[in-house]
Amino acid sequence: MSEAPVNESWEPKIVAFLCNWCSYAGADLAGVSRMQYPPSIRVVRVPCSGRINPLFIVSALQSGADGVLVSGCHPGDCHYLSGNLVARRKFALVKSLLAHVGIETARVQFSWVSASEGGRFASLIEQVTEDVRKLGPQRKLAKVL
Amino acid sequence: MGELASDIRRIAREMFDGKRIDLLVGFEKGSDGYRSRPVFIESAEGADRLTWDATCSQNLAVYLPSLFRREPQKKGVESAPPRVAFVAKACDMRSLIALVKEKQAMRENLIIIGVPCTGVIDARKLEKVVMDRAGGAEVTELVDGEETICVHTADGRNLSLTREPLVQDACLDCQFSVPQGADVLIEGPGRPVGDNSGSLLKEFAELSETERWQKFQGEISRCIRCYACRQACPMCYCTECFAETNNPAWIGVTTELTDTMIFHIVRIFHQAGRCVECDACVRACPMGIDLRPFTKKIAADVRELFGFTPGFDLETPPPLVTFREDDQQGFVTEPRKG
Repeated sequence: MSEAPVNESWEPKIVAFLCNWCSYAGADLAGVSRMQYPPSIRVVRVPCSGRINPLFIVSALQSGADGVLVSGCHPGDCHYLSGNLVARRKFALVKSLLAHVGIETARVQFSWVSASEGGRFASLIEQVTEDVRKLGPQRKLAKVL
Repeated sequence: MGELASDIRRIAREMFDGKRIDLLVGFEKGSDGYRSRPVFIESAEGADRLTWDATCSQNLAVYLPSLFRREPQKKGVESAPPRVAFVAKACDMRSLIALVKEKQAMRENLIIIGVPCTGVIDARKLEKVVMDRAGGAEVTELVDGEETICVHTADGRNLSLTREPLVQDACLDCQFSVPQGADVLIEGPGRPVGDNSGSLLKEFAELSETERWQKFQGEISRCIRCYACRQACPMCYCTECFAETNNPAWIGVTTELTDTMIFHIVRIFHQAGRCVECDACVRACPMGIDLRPFTKKIAADVRELFGFTPGFDLETPPPLVTFREDDQQGFVTEPRKG
């Protein structure tokens, strides 16, 4: 957790948890449509946003991610009918608790992207990358060995 | 011995004599005059050990899951689960309801002896006062009064102390001092409804992000990872805690700061919709870490976002196993374009 100067060439590393049915397909669509977005995300495909354990999020931060994005199907569109609705309650609490202990709110973001929203996915990544870039490297929870 | 204690003893004796229970969970006098300890009684003779006063601070619900947890049994030769009588303050009662809801205790096998509570004393606060006023002499007896607490020390001194400054912080903002839904409710005074403005939380929330982080880090950096908070918490009943699994090994087992912080963040998150704010974790901490600004946050969020207060009725499902289509989602990132 040392205060290393921010390198000019520093690019944020963002772990993106994408649900298999919507957001992952949305990312795929952005790709096959040749849409440009920053190469800052590391995608982890999960079966449903309901699969997200808050430990995934803090573990990503501890492993050195500068930001975490969780994206699933829009409410009402879940492949498993209500996975994202149950997850939404967890996400609200996680986001609020992390902000409460003093972790910047933009480090951990949640969004909904459907399989047809390639454009939305590209602009989401652009936006999240910009947010995290402004905050600089994440050192609060990163484990330095 | 106070009136409440004699009532509890009488009821305990009646229950054992009527063969209605196999076991009673309550309090007995501790080895220090200002502490009580949990006691498990199996016959009417033991009832005389029971006590009740302001030193009965622990949340006894913590023992329930282990009383009802049993190894898988052979079909046809199952042994019956124990019939347990349980002496409960309001916070123990609420934890118990939350445990029953999660199928960690069998309500039909429990007889709850509810005791109204006027606030329990904080051993640390008392120790400090005795240190100042009597040079830390050994406390042999503590007599609980309505407004004063009399402390007798080993060197023959009698201190009369005002009660309110000794009451533990959790009781000061207690909203529910009389157990609701007990099978037998012992008559007695309750505590007036405390401050519910959430001032502690507001004060913390008003700090800047950096200050909040520094406070959080400052508190947690003293943690020695003894897991006393987890052991004392009635809702932390997992047989294998995420902090100790090795496949996957979520976090390291040392006192490395990020590991410790993640342990506390996630443990507190796991209390969402379950924490009854009894402060068992804070009482148990040997390092005196004040987790209250963080534990209270999750309880307040659950109240605000989902309108749920844990520990009252058995019908309402816990907030995180259910949802509403119109749950607020202002926290969700909407990309500006696209």
